[in-house]
Order: sequence, then C-alpha cells, then structure tokens
Amino acid sequence: MTHALKITNLKKTYAGSIHALKGINLEVEKGDFFALLGANGAGKSTAIGIICSLVNKTSGNVEVFGYDLETQREKVQEHIGLVPQEFNFNVWEPVIEILINQAGYYGIDRPTAKERAEELLRHLELWDKRHQQANKLSGGMKRRLMIARALIHKPKLLILDEPTAGVDIEIRRSMWAFLKQLNQAGTTIILTTHYLEEAENMCNNIAIINQGEVVESTSMKDLLSRLNVETFVLDLKEPLESLPEMEGVTLRQRDTKTLEADLDKSRSLNFLFEKLSEYDIRVLSMRNKTSRLEELFMTLLNTEKVQNQSTDNKKNKTETDTEVLS
Amino acid sequence: MINKKHLTAFRTIITKEVLRFLRIWVQTLIPPAITMTLYFVIFGNLIGDAIGEMGGFKYIEYIIPGLIMMSVITNSYSNVVAAFFNAKMYGHIQEMLISPVPNHVILLGYIGGGMARGLTVGLIVTLVSLFFSDLNIKHPFITIGIVLMTSMLFSIAGFINAVYARNFDDISIIPTFVLTPLTYLGGVFYSISLLSEFWQTLSLANPVLYMVNGFRYGILGVSDINPWISFSLIILFTAALYLLAYRLVKKGVGIRS
Repeated sequence: MTHALKITNLKKTYAGSIHALKGINLEVEKGDFFALLGANGAGKSTAIGIICSLVNKTSGNVEVFGYDLETQREKVQEHIGLVPQEFNFNVWEPVIEILINQAGYYGIDRPTAKERAEELLRHLELWDKRHQQANKLSGGMKRRLMIARALIHKPKLLILDEPTAGVDIEIRRSMWAFLKQLNQAGTTIILTTHYLEEAENMCNNIAIINQGEVVESTSMKDLLSRLNVETFVLDLKEPLESLPEMEGVTLRQRDTKTLEADLDKSRSLNFLFEKLSEYDIRVLSMRNKTSRLEELFMTLLNTEKVQNQSTDNKKNKTETDTEVLS
Repeated sequence: MINKKHLTAFRTIITKEVLRFLRIWVQTLIPPAITMTLYFVIFGNLIGDAIGEMGGFKYIEYIIPGLIMMSVITNSYSNVVAAFFNAKMYGHIQEMLISPVPNHVILLGYIGGGMARGLTVGLIVTLVSLFFSDLNIKHPFITIGIVLMTSMLFSIAGFINAVYARNFDDISIIPTFVLTPLTYLGGVFYSISLLSEFWQTLSLANPVLYMVNGFRYGILGVSDINPWISFSLIILFTAALYLLAYRLVKKGVGIRS
C-alpha cells in the first residue's frame, strides 16, 4: 500500500556534528490526521524541512505518495502544502497577490489562481482583506493566510507546523473545524503543535520525536489507553479542614476549597463521588487537571531521559574503568 | 526540461519582481533619473563646454552612452541583490523552494526582474538625455545586444552577492567598494587613450570598460576597445557567472540548511 508519507532511516547532521535526526522511520497513511510531537529542538522542524525541500538531508529516504524525494522532487513538491511555524510571506504584498504568486510557482495560470484564491479567502474569512498589505493583518489573520497559501495548489498532504500558536481560542476552534473538514474531504494532515489538547482532539495517529529519534509511533487510542491514572480538580462548596484518606483515590489539597484527586483508570467516577459523599464533601465543579496526552508525553520524555542518563552513566563508568585499567 | 508550468512560474517571478520595483518607484526609478540629470547638467553642459571634444564628439555626447550604461549596471545589480536578499531574510524564498520550481527558473526569474529594472532605468535616463543632446544610434543591434547582456551579467552578479550576504552590510559592500569604483574608472567619463600606458594597461583589467565601450560603439561608432572583443568577453563573463550562480542555488548555499 502506498503511504502518504514514508520516511526510512532519515538522518540529518548539521555543521559541528549536531545530529538533529538520528535515523528516523515514520509512516503516515493516506487520509490520516497525524500528530508529530516533540519538545523544542527535538527534530520535528528538521524532519518537516527535509520533507518540504527546505533542508538537505544527510542520508535516508523520503517518499510522498510513492514518489521519491531524491529522484522525483517535483512530483513530491506538487503533493505537499506547508504551513510553517514563522510568518514567511512578503509582508509588503497584498493578500491576494501572495496567493496568486504561490499558485504561479505551481504552474497554475492567473485566472484559475484568482478563482481558487477567492474561494479560500472567503472560506477563511479573509476576502474583505484581499487588497490589504499582509503586514496590516492581525496574528490570527496571518495564520489563516498561511493556511490559504498552503492550500492554493490543492495538495494531498498538508503539513502544519504549530498552526495555532498565538491564536485566540475562537479562531483556533474555527481553524480546527476547517482542518477537520479538509481531512474529511481526503487531505492527509500532519500536525505539530504544543497544544497537546489539539493533537488529542484532532489526530488519529501520533509519533513523538525526542532528541532526533522517534520514541513512539502508534494510534492515539492506543497511546491514551496506556494512561492508568487520571487527575481531576474538584472545586468544593465548603472549606475542607483535614484531608481524608480514601481507598482507591489519592487526594491532595491545593487550598481549603480545592482538591486534586488521582483516580485509577479501573475505577468509575461514581466511585469517586460515593467516596466523597461518605465524608460529606460537596463538589461544585470538576475538571481534568491536564490533557491526558500531556501526561503521557511527559512520561515518555522523562522515561527517555532516565534511560539516556542511565546509558551515559554506564558509558562513563566503563570509560572510568578503562582509564583505571590503562 | 522547461515545460508550460515552469513558464508560468517564470512569468510569476518576473511579474512579482516588476510589481515590487514599480510599487516603490520613488526609491527605484526616480533617484537614478535625478542623479543622471545632474551628471548631464554638470559634466555635460557646465564642465563639458570647457573640455571640448572627445573621440570626435561633444563631451556630453561622449558621456551619454557611459551614463546610460552606468544606470543599467547599478540598477540591474541592486534590484536582484535587494530582492533576493529580502526573500532570504524574511523567509519568502521558501515559497519557491517548497514549490516545483526548478533552480534554473528561480535564477532566470530574478535575473529577468533585475534586467527589467536596469533596462527601465536605462530607458528613463536615455529619455532624459534627449533634453541635453540628440541621439543617433549608429549600430542598433550591437547597442541592444550589449545593453541586454550587460544587464543580465550584473543581475547575475547581484544574485551571487545576495546568496552570500548575511546582513544588510553585505549587500552594500560590493556596490560601494567594488562596483562604483569599477564603473567610474570604466571609461564612462573619458577615453583611456588619455591615460598613460601603465594606467591604460591596468584599465584593461576592468570588465566595465568593455561594456561601456561596447555600448558607446553601438551608439556613437567609436570605442577604445574592439567591439567584438567587448561582446565576446561579456558573453564569457555572463556564462561563467550564470554557471556559478546556478551551482550555488543547486547546492542551496545560503537558502537551504
């Protein structure tokens, strides 16, 4: 089966022997909504840069819809649309010209480009701003302009590198709706984001990159099923003087009227409320402490860190032993 | 292989570049027209009458081809160096790098933009010169050939400068410390036959001399250099710089990490 994206043993070493990617493997299926997560400097942007021909790879293979990046670069480029992290359009150009020019680079003639630009600008609520210079747009509008620009040539694979960074919640939600609609229409989407709630809500599959290596690549469902404990924040009606001990629930007190409760995944919420009722604790409202994915993400990164430290310690020990022996 | 899509991309880059310099016409088209008008007034009318004839022509007639060529050279160069450096600096070069635009098309697009501005300014300066002197072109094809090739050559040179430039200083160092001296010492204002043998020989190492004299031959029919040598050297320089610029883009120097 042809994948939307297939990366094999991809390596990138920058000048000064900085290994940004240490041989990553990744497969994204057609029609998928895929999350690519990782801390800052993990290698996500380098990987995206290579896929989009902005960064030269050191070795390895990249295939997009079966086309090889090395030998069929133009075909690969025709299939990809990129929404980069930083605003990178010519801010002195009018909005509509940015889209028409981008279409031109893909060989789309001006009349067709105008039609597509109108369609996208209307859809992303930028039509009224079409003759305005891009530097006059607000942050949210600039983000939407970059999405429109990435879609002007109707790519089959859309890569979004933190598309909602710095965007207010209302626009973020409308962008989510738009992207979901796009995905349902058949566009494969790869999303990198720091809003893990965004990845959790939108994506079907996920890969986590850490220090240039893929440490996890699985379905979102599978990853979330590994979460054993969920933490809830409870706002209490009356102040609590002392913290009761409850079997099966770990409680922590934030302040006299706020509790944090760690609930084992095998227990139901009814169990928690029954226990609270036993101690006559009345709850006004309740929310998840963090996104579930955020907890897993931190756990995975910490596990990696501990493993690396342990490897480093062993290595150091061996080196010390060698020194002693020699 | 260049196909229809590539031609559309090429047209897009040129249109974008032309619209860019037309949008800022106060910075790009007016200053050279004013500077050259001053040259015509001071060197042509005021000092020129005292100088008398040069190469069998009135001094103002003699310097007009050189001044037109000087405008073409500086404007072709500065258009590409500024446009490509800005595209690099502000990241919109990525719009082309992620698209299926071949490296030759990117390069030719910017060169086309540089030539469009160089030739537009050259035409403006030519029109201004008509207020000061008549212009009878002796060899139209040589004139057009030389001006086109020179404009192309300096557009490529501007592109190479922009590829290596890392900050705004880097795009002004070459025009200030290399291009301007070469242009002023390239026979714009004088015939090298007026110089001593040593300086004549040294002047022959200045590539601008061949372009100015080639153009002057096209317009007036006089030159310090055999026009075919001028033409051949310009073609040689253009081909060499084009290959260098293409190699730089292909390797991604300054644009791909």
